[in-house]
Amino acid sequence: MKTRTLPSIMALLAPFAAALSQVPDRSQPPAIGPPPEMKAPSVERLWLKNGLQIILVEKHDVPLVQINLQVMAGSVLDTKGNFGLASMTADLLDEGAGGRDALELADAIDYLGANLSTRAGYHTSVISLNTPLRQLDAALPLLADVALKPAFATADLDRKRDERLTAMIQARDEARSIASVQFNKAIFGKGHPYGRSASGNAAGLKALTAKKIGKFYNKYYRPNNAALIVVGDITADEIMPQLERYFGSWKKKRVKTPKWTDVSQVRGRTIYLVDKPGAAQSEIRIGRVGVPRNTVDYYNLAVLNTILGGAFTSRLNQNLREEHGYSYGARSSFNMRPHAGPFTASAAVQTDVTDKALTEFMKELNGILEEVPAEELSKSQNYVALGYPANFQTVARVASQLQNLVLYNLPDETFSRYAEGIYEVTSRDLMEAAAKYIDTGNMAIIVVGDRQAVEEGIQALNLGTIVYLTIEEVMGPVPTLGASK
Amino acid sequence: MKPLLTIAMLVVPLLPDSGDDISVPYTQFKLDNGLNVIIHEDHTTPLVSVNIWYHVGSAREEPGRTGFAHLFEHIMFEGSAHVPEGMFDIWLEGAGGVSNGSTTEDRTNYWENLPSNALEMALFLESDRMGFLLEVVSPEQVDGQRDVVKNERRQSYENRPYGSVWEKFPGLMYPPDHPYSWPVIGSMADLSAASHADVTNFFKRYYGPNNASLSIAGDVDVEEVRRLVNKWFGEIPSGPKLPELNVPMPILSEEKRLVLEDKVQLPRLYMAWHTPGYFKAGDAEMDILASILADGKNSRLYKRLVFDMQIAQDVNAFQASQKMSSAFIIIATARGGHTLSELEAVIQEEIDKLVSDAPTDRELARAVNQFEAQFLRRLERPGSFGGKADLLNSYYFYTGDPGYFAKDLERYKRMIPAEVSASAKQYLKRDARVIISVVPEGKPELAAKEVSP
Repeated sequence: MKTRTLPSIMALLAPFAAALSQVPDRSQPPAIGPPPEMKAPSVERLWLKNGLQIILVEKHDVPLVQINLQVMAGSVLDTKGNFGLASMTADLLDEGAGGRDALELADAIDYLGANLSTRAGYHTSVISLNTPLRQLDAALPLLADVALKPAFATADLDRKRDERLTAMIQARDEARSIASVQFNKAIFGKGHPYGRSASGNAAGLKALTAKKIGKFYNKYYRPNNAALIVVGDITADEIMPQLERYFGSWKKKRVKTPKWTDVSQVRGRTIYLVDKPGAAQSEIRIGRVGVPRNTVDYYNLAVLNTILGGAFTSRLNQNLREEHGYSYGARSSFNMRPHAGPFTASAAVQTDVTDKALTEFMKELNGILEEVPAEELSKSQNYVALGYPANFQTVARVASQLQNLVLYNLPDETFSRYAEGIYEVTSRDLMEAAAKYIDTGNMAIIVVGDRQAVEEGIQALNLGTIVYLTIEEVMGPVPTLGASK
Repeated sequence: MKPLLTIAMLVVPLLPDSGDDISVPYTQFKLDNGLNVIIHEDHTTPLVSVNIWYHVGSAREEPGRTGFAHLFEHIMFEGSAHVPEGMFDIWLEGAGGVSNGSTTEDRTNYWENLPSNALEMALFLESDRMGFLLEVVSPEQVDGQRDVVKNERRQSYENRPYGSVWEKFPGLMYPPDHPYSWPVIGSMADLSAASHADVTNFFKRYYGPNNASLSIAGDVDVEEVRRLVNKWFGEIPSGPKLPELNVPMPILSEEKRLVLEDKVQLPRLYMAWHTPGYFKAGDAEMDILASILADGKNSRLYKRLVFDMQIAQDVNAFQASQKMSSAFIIIATARGGHTLSELEAVIQEEIDKLVSDAPTDRELARAVNQFEAQFLRRLERPGSFGGKADLLNSYYFYTGDPGYFAKDLERYKRMIPAEVSASAKQYLKRDARVIISVVPEGKPELAAKEVSP
């Protein structure tokens, strides 16, 4: 950061001016009082008779209700040869259910002004309903149909499969998508669930049948393997009888979850240079295996990452954007999951400075190993802790916070304890965490860009072995549409 | 905000089922220097959002300086007389805040979200750059942000599939002397040419308090905010009075077609027509038309192109509302093995049907109900883009009335099916439109070919 000397005459005159004519004192930023305390939402945990857990937060400022059904059925459960199974199962839930076909169902939901969506990630599948309160009575049975009575018709599978395969074809156009596919492969390996996209691959999607999807659904979509999150302008007394009525018939069944395969950490430094001829920018990803959500370093890493690349004034953004103008923005993240997810530093940089940008990335990644000045620490603590209430402004965001409580088995005090946890972090904690997790000698570096223009510069940096790849090698051959024979 | 529901029950509804009361109570006043101020209390979370709109966008740019309004938005974050370079966001983040800004053809907006105790920090920062920017802006700062903006341009247009469309689109839609005829991001050459003198002139002309509106929403007390706004903004002198920019909606005298080749796997079709400006008669009809055409599985175009025929991967339709006049745009991506001519033929059929027969009551109600629920969702957030502070400023800028929420919703609720088809007939003409085909390199045969009527 460059500092600038204040015009001294202004600094001298300001206090006088303020005294004489109500002109504010601009010689320094205004003193601000103590921050207000956040009223953490009070979380109610209830159960239906069939064991379905209900997590409810009342929020009465706007007459909306958000109901998310989270099922522990993500892509980590995909079986070999069927990558995309969990994700296609989730995708098909709202393509016909409870006697309505896909169009009738969509019409019924849209007519209410409600939004209903379904999606699968690595560990969960979530059906989300956002509805005006006055339409809740009509929307709730539709949500229950989607969750409990999906049709899984072959025609709908065929239609959605072609849509997915086409999206995979389109992903080859996007340097960002290519970089992320190669990054996951490099960090976790193709054989690991985190090494693949949660939406599967072409061969897996082509092998799916309505029967396989029905089987997967019956195995994992069970009340004892799910939680229903309710947030909005409603009370437990009002909604519980309704939930019992619509979800009470859902049958329990023992769910066995396969054993988790741990990953091995990235060893050494490899640069994967994926050629995208003529690209105006290079997409850069640098990282390694990070931490699970339940890490003891949770707060340390929240602060550490904010300093490194989690805010506008973070070091990576200040360096690559503000100081050098190489990029529109640079950032970093610890993507925490039930198991160790990736640590990633990333930016899209102008092609002709790709090597210089990599040097600056390495400089900041090494720099964060040094002791962080107290002022920078406290700025970042304030940024994270005082901005935290923004996570509770909409019913959708509160619901997503509650999903995390369930997924990571966190106590209800998580929200009210958050700020405290952030403020307890010391610069010594940061140094220890950085030494543990930001090991710059053992990282994968992905560059998706114009090889001809960037190759020489990258070689000269001597960062490690360079592996040259084509888009085809990263993304596989262009898939054909339709099911496999 | 719960009391709102009680009020709604007391007021006699216009329609039997007029739904939830949609309003954002506010206090409005003007400082002597002309700064418009809007305040709204929302105590749901202990946060406040400060939002400021300067009534200048790329439409005010001079020839040879396209992209300048947006470049200037970046310079606004680089410090002012009492805020050393880099400290704007450092002080803000240190108080627990976050900021951003954006530029369109019509206006430039900035916001800070922060804990309510730090309101004065945002007022200090915003007032300092409104009143004391030029004392410190250096040519080096202009150069620095020029590089950042050029990378924004690379990231959002050049290195993005189909991104080149939005560089060509304004020039095809508007005559060369029209203020909407160049892209907001500007050209690389013009960005390179922008000088320090341009910064000075632009600031003096357009960044006075009388050309701005400050909106504050969140966990605050109206009277306290009034006092603080007076304190920090009161001393800033007015800028020149600006003539209204008002160019009538252009009339295309023919159909214009363009074929672009890009590094893409699938061809994509863009169709665009001139339509009425934001909140002008006919604007809401085009929103509804867009929804009936492409919103949801039962929309006319999605159902035919994507669901039934499966010759398109996606289809979108939207009214891109702007102050003077808007554009109605349909975008569809062909599946492998299909041409854009096939897509265009189906789209044309569906437009023709909507021109000759009004949509059904159910179709219209479905669209209106979705808009209404969207209005409710907008009441949830005080800050950021599209939050309540931003919306109050938006209504003030486009209609002169920050309390336009309810009237805005009423535009949709009172609509009848015949008005939708009348608008389709009036605006979606075959002989006054722009059609752009983006095709994979070396595949011009996939483009939408001219058809004889």
